[in-house]
Amino acid sequence: MNRVAVVSFAQAPNVRETHGTTNGVEMLVPIIREALGKANLAKQGVGFWCSGSSDYLAGRAFSFIAAVDAIGAFPPIHESHVEADAAWALFEAWVKIRTGEVDTALVYGFGKSSAGQLRRVLAMQLDPYTVAPLWPDAVSVAGLQARLGIDRGLWSEADMAAVAARARAANPDAQIHEAVTAEELLRRPYVANPLRRHDCAPVTDGAAVVVLAGGDRARELCARPAWITGIAHRVESAHLGARDLVTSPSTVAAAKDVGTDGVTLAELHAPFSHQEILLRHALGFGDEVTVNPSGGPLAGNPMFAAGLARIGEAATRLRGGQRALAHATSGPALQQNLVCVLEAD
Amino acid sequence: MAKQRAAVLGVGQSHHRSKRTDVTMAGLCREAIDRALADANLEHRDIDAVVLGKAPDLFEGVMMPELMLADAIGATGKPLLRVHTAGSVGGSTANVAASLVHGGVHRRVLAVAFEKQSESNAMWALSISPPFHMPVGAGAGGYFAPHVRSYIRRAQAPDHIGALVAVKDRRNGAKNQYAHLRQPDITFESVRASAMLWDPIRYDETCPSSDGACAIVLGDETAAGPGVAWIHATAMRTEPTTFAGRDQVNPRAGRDAAAALWREAGIADPLAEIDAAEIYVPFSWFEPMWLENLGFTDEGQGWKLTEAGETELGGRLPVNPSGGVLSSNPIGASGLLRFGEAAMQVMGRAGEHQVDGARKALGHAYGGGSQYFSMWVVGAEKP
Repeated sequence: MNRVAVVSFAQAPNVRETHGTTNGVEMLVPIIREALGKANLAKQGVGFWCSGSSDYLAGRAFSFIAAVDAIGAFPPIHESHVEADAAWALFEAWVKIRTGEVDTALVYGFGKSSAGQLRRVLAMQLDPYTVAPLWPDAVSVAGLQARLGIDRGLWSEADMAAVAARARAANPDAQIHEAVTAEELLRRPYVANPLRRHDCAPVTDGAAVVVLAGGDRARELCARPAWITGIAHRVESAHLGARDLVTSPSTVAAAKDVGTDGVTLAELHAPFSHQEILLRHALGFGDEVTVNPSGGPLAGNPMFAAGLARIGEAATRLRGGQRALAHATSGPALQQNLVCVLEAD
Repeated sequence: MAKQRAAVLGVGQSHHRSKRTDVTMAGLCREAIDRALADANLEHRDIDAVVLGKAPDLFEGVMMPELMLADAIGATGKPLLRVHTAGSVGGSTANVAASLVHGGVHRRVLAVAFEKQSESNAMWALSISPPFHMPVGAGAGGYFAPHVRSYIRRAQAPDHIGALVAVKDRRNGAKNQYAHLRQPDITFESVRASAMLWDPIRYDETCPSSDGACAIVLGDETAAGPGVAWIHATAMRTEPTTFAGRDQVNPRAGRDAAAALWREAGIADPLAEIDAAEIYVPFSWFEPMWLENLGFTDEGQGWKLTEAGETELGGRLPVNPSGGVLSSNPIGASGLLRFGEAAMQVMGRAGEHQVDGARKALGHAYGGGSQYFSMWVVGAEKP
């Protein structure tokens, strides 16, 4: 089967609010151009297009159809869409290149969370018959998970604050950038005990684009392609009470599929500080692994693009001979997880 | 390693009704999945991955319902992909599942699609006001009626063709135990006497709103026994909803997809080589329109095939022997039903609506403003 690599990445500025439509077109037009430009690839040279987004986030049916306007999709394009983070669109595109039908693919994701109240919008993902009518919002569900871990001695509020302090200091270009100590953060108020504001990813409008190419085509388009040595994903039960919320069997299984030996760099899609700790444990990471040098979702979390951006961020930071892991999540309390391992020649 | 062969091992569907208040969304999906697994002689533990497709989440009022359905659809602990490409999504779901096998990623994949329209209000969900576009405000029929009028003018088609399609599809649906509308006694005269909804589309020429689900089990060569439906080709194409000069009656995305499909399947003359076609016809007139778009006839000639009775069971090209979208329309599942029914035909498992000797069949779906197309060709022989 064809080897597949990330050859280009671009992302829109992560901001609290844009003035564009919820269709993402205004965010996507410049970054599709940028990503194609970096690969010196014409629009017509893209074999397959795949995107990730959510109608509920956009507050309208078929929001991804209008997003196609960002491409200028005529002559018609070979295209598909997932109602999930665009990391899963990248998975679909990776499969498409492996079939040999195409040798390039452009993947994009977008989300304008400012259009609604994100934590309540995400409550609509819960079981509609027995759980959603109680309106446990996304932050509250994550709070229950954080509390379970604290009670079991797996992490503390101080550990969580340390994760947040590092994330906030990591990237001057991120939506959230602040030089702050963990001690200072712990003096701030709770938003959903035991979560404080810094434990929760900010509400972000944003978008991301990744260009994939197979085999020799990847070498033509990019001086140092980030080869995908493995990509896998799993989902867990939706029933929060049926899951062991302080671990992530789906991440463990996906990581086992792809093999994570030798990874020294990781971009983890953990929208809550305790989830980064949880994922580090699940993946068996020690101090040898640098986690979220981009700042990660705690510094900017464009819904339906943040998982894809993890893959792009990891690919961009990869040095020769290095292995990196990118992770994406979907659903309440890390219900669904994807692991992608990248390697540079 | 080259592209792996892929086949349909089993097909299942729910009973389609306007309100399936006897089941939840999970129960509806499970009804189709259990039948598909039984048809494939497999169990949940044999499935490596699940692909779920459905149309907008606003149709049921649940955001990404595949997440809450993970247990019921047998996805827990496995990879789960959610596809959404508007009305074509059922077809795209099958094509994405086929890719997982073609790409050597999985051996056996379960594709599921559903819509439970009674949970919410599709008319409302489709009648929002998107930026920079005229709101439709009249559902899909109001959107597509001008395209039909334009077709009639361009093709100089006599105005009774639509009624012929409606009578055929509803009578076919009467032979299908799962169909929502089963009207063996419908007549040309009764269709012509039904209320005009969106000129020239009458009530009896319109698809119903259905609750329903469909499931297909796909597998690679090692998983395929005798009697499966081999996938000979798949195709998907997209174009924007609106732009100056766009041909919405005979869209280029559909023509391009069909051309790619026939090329991959090695089919030079689709009308001669395809034995049965399941084409997405939500409003009667779309049969002749898509016959032309798919290249079964030249432009302007599709209605002549319909008028001559060649698209009836026993004709040169039976179209929608299952009764089609005009008999059952669980939107997100409607495309997968077309793909599944095509497979059932070449597997010889279509029961009372079996096309005698069908060896090669087309499954087709479209969506959005006639801008999303997905298709496949399945055959009784290995490609």
